[in-house]
Amino acid sequence: METETGLANPIEQAFQNHIDGLDTAPAWWTEFKRQSFEVYANMPMPTRRDEHWRFSDRSRLETIEGFSFDDSHSATISHKYSEWSNIASSETAALTFVDDQLAEASPLPEDFLQAGVIWLPLAEAIQSHGDLLKDYFMKQAADLGSEKFAQLHAAFVKSGALLYIPKGVEIENPFAVFNWSSLSNGTIFPHTLVIAEENSKASLVEFHGSIGENPALSCGVTHLFAGVGSKIDYTLVQNFNEQTLGFQINSNVAGRDSQIDMHSVILGCQQYRSETHGQVKGARAHVDMRSMALTEANQEIDQRTLQTHAAPNATSNLLFKNALMGESKTIFSGLIKVDDKAQQTDAYQTNRNLLLNRTAEANSLPGLEIEANDVKCSHGATTSEIDEEEIFYMLARGIPKPVAQELVVYGFFEEVLDRIVDDTLAESARQMIRSKFHH
Amino acid sequence: MSQSLEITNLNVNIGDKRIIKDFNLTIPKGEVHAIMGPNGTGKSTLAKALAGHPDYEITSGEVLMDGESILDLEVDERSRAGLFLAFQYPMEIPGVTIANFIRAAKNARLPDGEDLNAPAYYKELYEKMDALKIDRKFTSRSVNEGFSGGEKKRCEILQMAMLEPKYAVLDETDSGLDIDALKIVSEGVNALRGGNLGALVITHYQRLLNYIIPDQVHVMYDGRIVKSGDKSLAEELERKGYDWIKEITETAA
Repeated sequence: METETGLANPIEQAFQNHIDGLDTAPAWWTEFKRQSFEVYANMPMPTRRDEHWRFSDRSRLETIEGFSFDDSHSATISHKYSEWSNIASSETAALTFVDDQLAEASPLPEDFLQAGVIWLPLAEAIQSHGDLLKDYFMKQAADLGSEKFAQLHAAFVKSGALLYIPKGVEIENPFAVFNWSSLSNGTIFPHTLVIAEENSKASLVEFHGSIGENPALSCGVTHLFAGVGSKIDYTLVQNFNEQTLGFQINSNVAGRDSQIDMHSVILGCQQYRSETHGQVKGARAHVDMRSMALTEANQEIDQRTLQTHAAPNATSNLLFKNALMGESKTIFSGLIKVDDKAQQTDAYQTNRNLLLNRTAEANSLPGLEIEANDVKCSHGATTSEIDEEEIFYMLARGIPKPVAQELVVYGFFEEVLDRIVDDTLAESARQMIRSKFHH
Repeated sequence: MSQSLEITNLNVNIGDKRIIKDFNLTIPKGEVHAIMGPNGTGKSTLAKALAGHPDYEITSGEVLMDGESILDLEVDERSRAGLFLAFQYPMEIPGVTIANFIRAAKNARLPDGEDLNAPAYYKELYEKMDALKIDRKFTSRSVNEGFSGGEKKRCEILQMAMLEPKYAVLDETDSGLDIDALKIVSEGVNALRGGNLGALVITHYQRLLNYIIPDQVHVMYDGRIVKSGDKSLAEELERKGYDWIKEITETAA
């Protein structure tokens, strides 16, 4: 892949610099990255004919190599970023990254360390827990259209969080990860990996945001693995500035009798593509996935979901809610797949869109593929404007129309927000929503 | 300046249909008036038109509140000026708690930049909820969502108590209530009676007027008031039925 002048193109040069900077990393890691980059480079961009990209604006995809992938001269982190991270009140431990560099780490309490809990920045985990990562790192296929970007992520990822909860360990207070982007045309590759062993319990909240108004690319991956009888509660709040292009590829695997709750609050980015695959692999598992997005101006929030059931007597429940202002656009495409072994599955998929402006555009593509004969599955999608009678009721109480509309929108999102385990983060998210109405 | 809600020669259309016809009524502050009448006679249209519902077109007439016309005011402005409508069918607002809803309404009455004193607000809210026998847990429930008929109507009266209007129109506040709920709601309304409130109670049945004793009763038929009297008129109407009204109206015409 050399250009006519014989010089490597910028992303190749940047990748070479990235690998050169990993001189202390184990060989398997650099080899894995080289392979990922090669797959990335050889894979075509999604095309208009690709069903997974229906309705999406693909024009910006072609420009992603215009971002700077070169991390060899990143700014040094001189700040204390804890003040940036008071949007959540994690009492267990937190990691803060700025432009993919570790800015702050609060230590894991000693008793959890003793119990065998692993909570590490990825760069450290590669050195100390290579075997664990070899089993779990990027082991879930990105099968909803973004495989190329998952490979890009694997090639350049260098920071992120590993949370491993051993058998039987239950941790009440959430862990927290903050990923900030600040550089102009910079790139970040947030990675979060949670492994919950048998009958363990943990929660993690994650925040993605921008410092300043520089355009950037974020290409993140979150993978959750819930072992037998375990519980994972995960929340992602995304509030990048509206110049940022974002990809977020999520996958979770629910073992027998496990429970996974996954919540997303999506507010930022000029264009944001999110893919979420909820995989029921063990009997009687329960997977709950909720998302809310508030869009304005010409934002595009593009969400693709898949719920797969490969084991019986399990449930999955998906609720994605979008409220659209301005000329913004949302895409929801969801599929439930139930294979023939997954009898007595309960699987639900709901997409609700609230149009606050008639020129906004909400697209909805719900679907079911069911091979078992004894299941309860449903999907529903609605797009509506605010009920005028509801507004009249509020006006008749003296509430001015803009305030009434806001209240309706806050109320619309509560079904998602009130599930967030970290009250401070939920309240921060409410404030971020409010500020979208008042800037 | 006259202290009253004064409706003069009011005509209201829904679409092309004239519903309220040359309607006249004056409710002096401090009094409670009742409007009774059969279904479809325009009682709820009157209520919604007074509140300013956009589907109800006022084609002519005047409505003065303490001498000032309210017809040029927006719906929310009318409310803040002191007019309250208790809805026959209160709307559900998912995800918006009663506490936040009433707080937003109270905040809208404060000067720009000022915010409600939260402890004082909750103290007042709890006192008024207690008086209406509304469980304090309701503050964190979504407005009217999953409420029984009685709970919705008590919630309307709670809002009225919190917003302290000058004039209130209660549209079929008794509909869907059992006798216990009816008593609680009536007590709530009676507690607000006095020199600072004028109220118009709209009802289909005389039953409510056993608990909220009106100063005057008006019978409405085909878009206008056809008979007025004291509370004994309500009893007479209950005995003779609405056919009696039909008869006297048609005889008069």
